[in-house]
Amino acid sequence: MRSIFKASAAALLSTSMLAGAAFAQDLSGTLRIISDMSNPAPRATMEQLAADFDALHPNLEVELEIVDREAWKTQIRNALTANAPDVVNWYAANRMTPYVNAGLFEDISDMYANGDLPGLDAVKGAMTLDGKQWGVPYTYYQWGIYYREDIFNELGLEEPMTFEQELANCEKIVASGRACYAIGTKFLWTAGGWFDYLNMRTNGFDFHMQLARGEVEWTDPRVRETFANWRKIIDMGGYIADHQSYSWQEALKFMTDGEAASYLIGNFAVPHLREAGLSDEQIDFYQFPKIADVPQGEDAPTDTFHIPANASNKEAARAFLQYVTSAEVQSDINGGDKLGQLPVNANSSVDADEFLEQGFEMLSTNAQGGVAQFFDRDFPAEMASVGMEGLQEFMVFPDNLDDILQRMEDARQRIY
Amino acid sequence: MTVMADTPKPVKPRGWYKRNEIAITPFLFLLPAVIFFSVYVIIPIFQSFWISFHEWDGLGEKTWVGTANYERLLGGDRKFEVSFWNNLRWLFLYLLAIPLGLSIALLLNQKVRGIRLYKSMFFFPFVLSQVVVGLVFSWFYLPREGLLNAILQFFGMGTVNILGDPSLATYGIIAAGLWPQTAYCMILYLTGLNAVDPEQVEAARLDGAKGLRMLWHVILPQLKPATFIAFVVTIIGALRSFDFIAVMTNGGPFGSTRVLSFYMFEESLSEFGFRMGYGAAIAVVLFFLMLIFIAYFLWSMYRDEKGAR
Repeated sequence: MRSIFKASAAALLSTSMLAGAAFAQDLSGTLRIISDMSNPAPRATMEQLAADFDALHPNLEVELEIVDREAWKTQIRNALTANAPDVVNWYAANRMTPYVNAGLFEDISDMYANGDLPGLDAVKGAMTLDGKQWGVPYTYYQWGIYYREDIFNELGLEEPMTFEQELANCEKIVASGRACYAIGTKFLWTAGGWFDYLNMRTNGFDFHMQLARGEVEWTDPRVRETFANWRKIIDMGGYIADHQSYSWQEALKFMTDGEAASYLIGNFAVPHLREAGLSDEQIDFYQFPKIADVPQGEDAPTDTFHIPANASNKEAARAFLQYVTSAEVQSDINGGDKLGQLPVNANSSVDADEFLEQGFEMLSTNAQGGVAQFFDRDFPAEMASVGMEGLQEFMVFPDNLDDILQRMEDARQRIY
Repeated sequence: MTVMADTPKPVKPRGWYKRNEIAITPFLFLLPAVIFFSVYVIIPIFQSFWISFHEWDGLGEKTWVGTANYERLLGGDRKFEVSFWNNLRWLFLYLLAIPLGLSIALLLNQKVRGIRLYKSMFFFPFVLSQVVVGLVFSWFYLPREGLLNAILQFFGMGTVNILGDPSLATYGIIAAGLWPQTAYCMILYLTGLNAVDPEQVEAARLDGAKGLRMLWHVILPQLKPATFIAFVVTIIGALRSFDFIAVMTNGGPFGSTRVLSFYMFEESLSEFGFRMGYGAAIAVVLFFLMLIFIAYFLWSMYRDEKGAR
């Protein structure tokens, strides 16, 4: 009884304090953050973020530990259970499920409810499981087709609006001795992006989500239609050869060398393309074209901050989440010289960057279908791993489709 | 004790430890090893057995599912079948390291200027980390830029994407694994060859033995201990072939290069894993497979020692 009283008193204290002055000066103790932002630019951003927050609160000491992004995907389990830090990085949607179910993430629905997090209404859905919110997003990015503008000009091609135009373009690109699309499927997930888009365009966003929730059979004729559309690209030689041997970074070379004209990928590929020497006149972006007459759904994976349930300084952690998601900080950290992605706060400004502006425009006006996270975040983990393996196989041996779908269907029946 | 017999006062008897010192001390010396071996090896083995009867994500509560994991595993899990056959491929092809190592050892077992340098060059791949070897081989096999395809094209043959072809990928990885393993077997045989009795060789030579007959009837019998160790390390190496697969193909393309240890890792500890029960069931199956070999080795070692006595 006493502990309940203490907990609620503490909660009351912290919320009233946060609501009063946005960044209260009287936070004290240590705030331990473990972040997975290990790539150079994100790392610098995260270090800056921690230092700024530290400077804002003289009595608070911020301890930042940055972990390799891939390693963190398995380390988080230990981190959350033993000697938990106060703030951790993770991903939105289904990827939160194991930790929410095990009670390892702090429920922060109250922060959304009492207005501590203004401007986050649009992204709240991605943080919601079981009707509660379990963390805050700090960045997201669009997916779409990045293409070589100079090759398109040379061949006299336009940005396609429909799948027919897309295929017609592709035919001309293939005829010029290039591949239409670079892709590296060695680590499987890139194939998930293609499936997401083809399925959302063929059958709509809602159907795609039903499939993700396991409500539709993989052998359903509608799913087959998606694969039939996919096969059109495969059969015309649209993809680079031997893509199963490359990572997505290795496949970028095909695009920078001009051997492939475009790449369906997230905005995180843009800095790499620029570094490889392509100017902004040479690269451009278009939304994945329409196939059927359904509202367009988009993939826009969201990265997040969470408070572990076993954190010791939750008060400071909550203040940090509030700080990270505030409009100014969001505009700042997502700028082109930092993360180079989209801010999650509706009141933030998008950096003046060709791709960020187009992506923001697309997601805010032209994604009426809905915004998905990504194949490996929307589908449960086991379904995602069986599924992506099947998708890769389909891209290499499209004739095995029946077998692949049967395997995925068997997995679906077992998993859900 | 008898010295004290005539003194009137009864002496304080010696402590329990003092009286049993001879019997106990060996156990005391063994104790630290036994404790650590049980905590880190024996107990986890039984924990694996226990976990394999549950469904568990590593975080929440375990749910008892009886033998369901084993039924699924052995009742037509295709990934398991692929992994199992790949394990057999590894076992048989990896043994090629033994004759290869022997022939290199025979080649290098001569007194030539600079032979030590050659020996260390041949031993070099074993010093490299398996991860590095795997990485170098995956570059060697690259579909366009790789050295292998450059060589094939030089001789006017078509290119081949070994690691991207499900029917070739496993063999490609085994070939990479053979490189350091051959070096290992070579070093075992080189030390073995030092112990070959020159008088026997001389005697055989007088009797007119040379070439293969000399090798088969005189040298090889004397190399039996080296051959035995080479078998043991190669078979165990084949069964724990994990690093190469993780580095070179990550189990792909479409899971065709998985082996049991990799499948176990994928199910229980990888990014999309955390099905601890199922992973533990795979571990148990792998454990029994290894046990067949280990039991055989232990038995033959025991037999040899008994024969030696």
